[in-house]
Amino acid sequence: MGSCRLYAAVAAGGFRRYATYRSATAAGVFTNTVFGFIVAYTYLALWDERPGLGGYDQAQALTYVWIGQALAQALSMFNAGFAVDMVARIRNGDIAVDLYRPVDLQLWYLAGDLGRAVFQLFSRGLVPLTVGALAFPLALPGDPVVWLEFLVAVALAVVVSFAIRYVLALSAFWLLDGSGVLQFGGLVGMFFTGLLLPLNAMPGALGDIARVLPWASLLQMPADILLGARSGAAEVLMAYAFQAGWAVVLLAAGRLLQSSATRKVVLQGG
Amino acid sequence: MWIRSTLVYRTSFAAAVLTNFLVTALDFVVIWMMFSQATSLGGYSFAETAFLYGTASVSFGITALLLGSVDDLGLRVRDGSLDAFLVRPAPVLVQVAADRFGLRRLGRFLQGALVLGWSLTRLDLDWTPAKLLLLPVMLLSGAAIFGAVYVAGAAFQFWAQDAAEAQSAFTFGGLTLLQYPPTVFARDFVIGVTFVVPLAFVNWLPALYVLGRPYPVGLPWWLAFTPPLVAAGSCALAGLAWRAGVRSYRSTGS
Repeated sequence: MGSCRLYAAVAAGGFRRYATYRSATAAGVFTNTVFGFIVAYTYLALWDERPGLGGYDQAQALTYVWIGQALAQALSMFNAGFAVDMVARIRNGDIAVDLYRPVDLQLWYLAGDLGRAVFQLFSRGLVPLTVGALAFPLALPGDPVVWLEFLVAVALAVVVSFAIRYVLALSAFWLLDGSGVLQFGGLVGMFFTGLLLPLNAMPGALGDIARVLPWASLLQMPADILLGARSGAAEVLMAYAFQAGWAVVLLAAGRLLQSSATRKVVLQGG
Repeated sequence: MWIRSTLVYRTSFAAAVLTNFLVTALDFVVIWMMFSQATSLGGYSFAETAFLYGTASVSFGITALLLGSVDDLGLRVRDGSLDAFLVRPAPVLVQVAADRFGLRRLGRFLQGALVLGWSLTRLDLDWTPAKLLLLPVMLLSGAAIFGAVYVAGAAFQFWAQDAAEAQSAFTFGGLTLLQYPPTVFARDFVIGVTFVVPLAFVNWLPALYVLGRPYPVGLPWWLAFTPPLVAAGSCALAGLAWRAGVRSYRSTGS
């Protein structure tokens, strides 16, 4: 019970940390909105040529764009977030202090990241989506149940996104400088998340691969639920199972890497 | 000094350039995927779009190489490291640009040049001396216009120190915009990037002349030859904004 309160406090700290920078938040909202417009127009041109591409009609494709811009920060699609701090702490050795604390390192970082995600979902998510809905004919559902199903998928997506970055950050134990891995992982991730082109619309084998990678949990699953491309209990549960499966695998991989890294630190003699 | 220090670690430098090359190539992969699903976009073929992509990326690549460090100005204002530049006998802007000079950014330039070269082998153009001359002029003026946007954005950070992200809307947003044909975008959008932020002069207007395409929103064809003038004008304005920024600067803690 006591540890629950502790992680809740860490999550609240994550929320407050990001809520402090108001002009940075405003700048981010502006940028997401501008990108939303640019990408929306390119999609209009593409769906004009290929109506129904990826199983989406034009309104659904436009909605996909704005959901992507609304979730980009909450799901850390461009920046590694906590992983940058963690890599720095691994490099300068402070991580040894973190490991010595009577808290679970992975849960500690996860709680902080969830707090951040909640703040960014509402601050940086709502405005671009609203502007998009005013400027373009979007296919947003009226049924609150669908929105609730969508939010559950977003929560699972945040956990998968966290788990991916945690594994990338741990690579710093072996590489000494993990910033290159984070940068590369982030950009490859952005591509396979489908922020630039929906995974449904990617051609051939590339599309088949992209749809089973962990990044498919981030944007494609929540978007498909909100767009009604996955509806009904069975299909929604399938999407959740896909996300939860990757979350479990990646969190477990993070634990495994962490314990072997800790053994390595001990071997070096501190 | 930053170049020398980078080049000491040859493998690491090669890896950084390659990463930069591959990472920037991903946005061309998106365009390639779009054309694998459709034969044209806004009435433009793949080769024509690749020409727009290549010209915008080469110009942006030059700017990012020279001025890529300028956008962490807000960070320097916040941590006070800008103060050191102010007391040295060299222009502040040059120092900000030269510090942490990232030669790895060569990757974007190379990738853009490769796509541009490929598009030229695929396009069937009737080359005239004017078009041949226009190509290098367009790439350099384009870099200067992007440079003005970078400097103006950095100047804005003297007032809004943690708003660096707003700059991306104009730099990376502008780059993304110019990589697609103007016919894709709404009329008001095209007017905005022609007359408000003059991004259309980076490549759209001269490139449409080279490609022999009609102009958007009924603009006259001779605008294709004005990018150097527009570049000079925007650089002058950005310079004024920068000076105003430096003058209003009151170190941290005041």
